[in-house]
Amino acid sequence: MSEKVWIAGGGVISGIGLNLQACLQAFRHMQPGMTAMQHLSSVHRNTFPVAEVKADNATLADMARMPENISRTALLSMIAAREAWQSTGLGDVSNYRVGFVSGNTVGGMDKTEDFFAEFLADPRKGRLQQVLHHECGSITELVADAMGIRHHVSTISTACSSAANALMYGSRLIRNNIVDVVIAGGTDALTRFTLNGFNTLMILDQQACRPFDDTRTGLNLGEGAGYVVLVSDSLAAQLQPWCRLSGFANANDAYHQTASSPEGTGNYLAMKGALDMSGLQPAQIAYINLHGTGTQNNDVSEGIAINRLFAPHFPPMSSTKSFTGHTLGASGGIEAVFSALSVKEGIIYPNARFEHQMKELPFAPATAYTEGNELLHVMSNSFGFGGNCSSLVFSKA
Amino acid sequence: MNIYINGTGCISPQETAQGGPLLATLREYDQVRLTNVDPDYKQWVDVKQIRRMSRVVKMGVGAANLSLEEAGITQPDAIITGTAYGCLDDTGVFLSKMVNQQEEMLTPTAFIQSTHNTVAGQIALLLGCNGYNNTFVHRGFSFENSLLDAIMILKEGSAKHILAGGLDEITNHSHQLLTRFGIYKKTPVKTMELLNSPTRGTIAGEGASFFLLSPEISPGTVATLTGLSTLYKPLWEGEVIGHIMKFLEDNNCTPADIDLIVTGRNGDIDQDEIYEEVAAALFPDHAEACFKHLCGEYPTAAAFGMWMANAVIAEQQVPEAAVFYGKAPEKIKKVLLYNHHQGTHHSLILLSAC
Repeated sequence: MSEKVWIAGGGVISGIGLNLQACLQAFRHMQPGMTAMQHLSSVHRNTFPVAEVKADNATLADMARMPENISRTALLSMIAAREAWQSTGLGDVSNYRVGFVSGNTVGGMDKTEDFFAEFLADPRKGRLQQVLHHECGSITELVADAMGIRHHVSTISTACSSAANALMYGSRLIRNNIVDVVIAGGTDALTRFTLNGFNTLMILDQQACRPFDDTRTGLNLGEGAGYVVLVSDSLAAQLQPWCRLSGFANANDAYHQTASSPEGTGNYLAMKGALDMSGLQPAQIAYINLHGTGTQNNDVSEGIAINRLFAPHFPPMSSTKSFTGHTLGASGGIEAVFSALSVKEGIIYPNARFEHQMKELPFAPATAYTEGNELLHVMSNSFGFGGNCSSLVFSKA
Repeated sequence: MNIYINGTGCISPQETAQGGPLLATLREYDQVRLTNVDPDYKQWVDVKQIRRMSRVVKMGVGAANLSLEEAGITQPDAIITGTAYGCLDDTGVFLSKMVNQQEEMLTPTAFIQSTHNTVAGQIALLLGCNGYNNTFVHRGFSFENSLLDAIMILKEGSAKHILAGGLDEITNHSHQLLTRFGIYKKTPVKTMELLNSPTRGTIAGEGASFFLLSPEISPGTVATLTGLSTLYKPLWEGEVIGHIMKFLEDNNCTPADIDLIVTGRNGDIDQDEIYEEVAAALFPDHAEACFKHLCGEYPTAAAFGMWMANAVIAEQQVPEAAVFYGKAPEKIKKVLLYNHHQGTHHSLILLSAC
């Protein structure tokens, strides 16, 4: 039960790169991924910029070595999960008890929403193949099956914190000796369903988003997938792990179905709980990867909770969503990989387009890319609809 | 550590929400789609809020409250739900409007309530519960994974009272689609004859079953959740049988220690074959009870099965309507629930009388 859990590797596909190295290059060169929609077909094409993965389904299917007609959510998941696995040097999956725990929010909705036009006109119409993988869990299984993972397969859906909760659950699976290795994270493809949903909430920015900027007016949606590979102590001893998942906590804001409480209660409890579990004081956190969506509501609640917990010692912090957009169910996984790498390589990521200090807060996000910093402990925040708030802490040892 | 089932709540196509002896008033159906018998939700939620809630949210909130009341707990430390389909109704409403209105003039309510964590979030909101909150959405493992998460957290000691449950709803859209996939019987069948039906297909069901789990026993508690295991896509029957033997061994028992098996037979002649094989190999003389002729088939139906198994231990008898084979012994101490969904998701839940 007391066993530590380590990060043995990670993989990311996002609007700023088809793999982790490409994403890093984008940060180094300050190249955010928001553009006009190229792949998603929507009447809002020219209204809302999005951070799409810069590849069509045929290209992604080639990369994933999967059929082109399956959900983009599964293709993205497969590419990042395989990169994560390969980065560890663990070799053949069948040599270990492996779990795959993946978060997503809308499963195969990209196919379902195409299907629905015909289906609504006549319930006997529409190709069933398009809804075969509608369920969130079905996306996870497509990838697990392709990778030969059978020991534990699970899917979590807690909106924007789905993937962070996948890391927590994966960590517990290892500590309870149910499996030795867990690929944990999340995936989500852009869909008209989510785009229109967020549009009804009036929280989409028509420009590139400005997290933690006083003039921010909303978020940009993104897509992608991100996974870390969690391993037990005994496996970590044979590898060169990036860092350790030293703490985590999940709390509920219990305030509103979609909005955060003004004082950021859930955010505070998640960060505080994660610190307590890792046995750290706030001042020991060297960088925070913010949830930082760019909405009025999130950034002020998150900021106030950080102020309450960290004042007067504020570590460097930034929202990588200013590059990747908000990738929803994938965001906690993508940002977990960024944060784990942050500990390994001493990287502080830039917060793009920050210009105006938020009047409610005494701190400002980091705006430049730097590496080689001594970062012993890094925190990653993921907060979502339903009041679901989660924080993770990654530590050097 | 013992994990006690201190409270249970169930809303289903049977009259499970009003207390009293198990299946005292049996609801029999002659149709392929069963619908919940709704309790009066006004006892938990005010009328204005009820009107805004979809059925799956209502049944979740209702079953959660029933289990909290039974356990005498007003505030759990954690809320964990399992739902394969999530909030289908609100998803369907938003999707339909989006398609029909060409992405214009949409309103947020259905979208907000379409996320899979809506039920767990609503329970937290109504209780004012800031604790751990998670939602598993993995097909026929959704409920089992929520139990596993609860067990692991209780063992860690970071929570004492965890509310965990499984739930799924049927909507017109989902029923039309699942029917096209050929999952259900082509013609209606009487529910009490379902399990001996000689054809393929089953009947559709829905429901919500919640459990208040704790390492501390409370006065009315009758059973512990002793063991839990899942098996994903077994290659053949022998792997299932081997898995069950290993599971029993891990829980320090043999088939002889099991007093009753509860199986997920659903009346599909192909899918029920594995239950025959398992019974023949491991439990040839055991009494067997079933539940899917009562609640219908759905990915989280095992939650109903566990609710029924707990009630059987409480009453120390198997109601006639649930008996599939044999007669349970005088004392029912250990009940093994073996369920599979679609042949791909197999699960084992072991309950022991306190």
